[in-house]
Amino acid sequence: MSVFDGAGFFAPVIGLSKPAGVVYSSLMRILVIEDDRQASAYMVKGLAESGHTADNAADGEEGYEMASHGDYDVLVVDRMLPKLDGLKLVGQLRAEGLRTPILFLSALGDVDDRVKGLRAGGDDYLVKPYAFSELLARIEALARRRNPAEVESKLKVADLELDCLTRRVIRSGRDIALQPREFRLLEYLMRNAGHVVTRTMLLEHVWDYHFDPQTNVIDVHISRLRAKIDRDFETPLLHTVRGAGYCLRDSF
Amino acid sequence: MTLFRLLRTTTFRLALLYLALFLVSVLVLLSFVYWTTAGVATRQTDETIQAEVTGLAEQYRLRGLGGLSDIVTERSRNQRYSLYLLTGPGGFALAGNLTAWPEAKEDVLGWLDFEYRRQVGGEAETHHARARHLTLGSDFNLLVGRDIEERQRIEQALRVSLAWAVALTLGLGLLGGILFSRNVLARIETITRTARDIMAGDLHRRVPRNGSDDEIDRLAASLNYMFDEIERLVTSMREVTDNIAPDLRSPLNRMRNRLEVTLMRDADVAEYRAALDETVADVAALLDTFNALLAIARAEAGRPEGAALPFDLSAAVVDMVELYEPVAEEKSIALSRDIAAGVTLTGHRQLISQAFGNLIDNAIKYTPANGTVSVVVRRVGIGCELIVADTGPGIPEADRERVLDRFVRLEASRNSPGSGLGLSLVRAVARLHCAELALGDNLPGLRVTLRFPADALVHRTISPP
Repeated sequence: MSVFDGAGFFAPVIGLSKPAGVVYSSLMRILVIEDDRQASAYMVKGLAESGHTADNAADGEEGYEMASHGDYDVLVVDRMLPKLDGLKLVGQLRAEGLRTPILFLSALGDVDDRVKGLRAGGDDYLVKPYAFSELLARIEALARRRNPAEVESKLKVADLELDCLTRRVIRSGRDIALQPREFRLLEYLMRNAGHVVTRTMLLEHVWDYHFDPQTNVIDVHISRLRAKIDRDFETPLLHTVRGAGYCLRDSF
Repeated sequence: MTLFRLLRTTTFRLALLYLALFLVSVLVLLSFVYWTTAGVATRQTDETIQAEVTGLAEQYRLRGLGGLSDIVTERSRNQRYSLYLLTGPGGFALAGNLTAWPEAKEDVLGWLDFEYRRQVGGEAETHHARARHLTLGSDFNLLVGRDIEERQRIEQALRVSLAWAVALTLGLGLLGGILFSRNVLARIETITRTARDIMAGDLHRRVPRNGSDDEIDRLAASLNYMFDEIERLVTSMREVTDNIAPDLRSPLNRMRNRLEVTLMRDADVAEYRAALDETVADVAALLDTFNALLAIARAEAGRPEGAALPFDLSAAVVDMVELYEPVAEEKSIALSRDIAAGVTLTGHRQLISQAFGNLIDNAIKYTPANGTVSVVVRRVGIGCELIVADTGPGIPEADRERVLDRFVRLEASRNSPGSGLGLSLVRAVARLHCAELALGDNLPGLRVTLRFPADALVHRTISPP
């Protein structure tokens, strides 16, 4: 079910609650190490509704046992855990050669803290409170990174092509002129084609901002990009996923 | 102030220590005085006796016992303080002015200290004397000595006055120490009392200064400066609490009402979904407010995210201007920039970008279509300046200070979206970087200037005003 709103050019909006509308990454096994029972219960439920399997560990030691023996695609680790602190837990797992992508959750939002988390071996860092759609998008982005195919210099989604070396964007054989930042925005969307990308992810990866600007400026940039890559073509590629973010994909 | 407490004070202990040192030096000095007066007199007596003994021995050698006896008899008559006794076999007195050989024991060198009785003005007195024993042959002995009674009296008087001097020194020193420490203690007591009053909630209290600019006065100045800071922080915290309450309560109340009303009757899925969607949007807005408050609080507490590092301010400003360019364009606002290249700053890039983003966001929000927003970055002296000016309605001079406070939104802008926290963050970030934030008139419009000092944030020095 898609609900259309009037914003932007030909902007289809996809309801988040209907994952059938968007193809999220195929089934993943996720371990949630979080001591807040209620929070982890919702997380496990939300991940299950999105088509994934999620297990929960309530403290650091249990999490360590489960992570080292189970086969998971992504670990979600709270920074502050009873028995074994999140940072130490991840440090130990990494020291033992575990390469599963890890997403840190933390109530502490300092950049220092983020850096500590990433240094300990985390792959991404999400500060509480976060939106579930944000968590989901990041978990899936991490899972995609797990087996990074060679970083391709030529990207293609439907009839849209982007060449990172020549900085050229072509759709249906027609050259599309983009500003440098628009080019980076499109590149990021194309590298995550078919998946939901949140505004925060775009701010972090395309602009390197770890805060949300007062006004939703990203929407404006997206609608400009949409005007350039979608307006003169029959099939729209850049979709808005309501309550979550954006998704660049061929068709439903 | 009890004596017991006084004794426990550092000042008094210091005074005591000083007094002890002083006392030791006084004692050394007085000993020296005693040694050079009384000691010299004693040595002189001994030397005189020794010289006389030597002389008499010589006479004995030259003139024999008879000659010696004559001289002794002669001298016994004339000399007032000299004492002589020449004895023959069996201790029989042959000549001299002593009646009998003293009973005192002599030391190895033949010196004796003894007492004898002497007729003074018809009365017998016991006098101290010192003498030396000279053996003449096997049966004869000569004792040559001096009456030292007078000398001993002088020495005694000297000892008494020296003892008095020590006692006076001790007494005056103790008294001085007590007075001195009471004075210092009273001043420190004032500081303690002021601090207690402040702890008890009277934040306006300050330590009185006496203007002497001594250590305690300077301490008082530093403390007052600290109390100013504390009062400012507490006041701003109170303001936050007072302001947060309504601003967070209203959306919470709205959400609760909506949820309750939706639950009152059986609605269809679409209605439930609509209510939940609105609630999710409200929660998101609340969290934004919450995060903005946290960022402000962190910057204000001087404990921001990450460390201060040098970064390219010009590049950061260009990035942010480019982020907002499409927004300005959509509103038909010209976004002009005059950004000097390569201006660097030591600070928090993310925070400064966010603060600058808020300024440019506000400028675009309040400027009507076809207006202009200009951004300037330039070096000023050894520091730099960041200016955001617009052609909007501006802020009346009377409100310029007020709009920097949290949640303050002017009546004119009540209906436009925003949390009323944007400028508060700018102010907090400015303070953190020791930058000067000025809201001025752009004729027409608002002109916000952020002036960074050269060594922004390198040190937040605290010096008394």
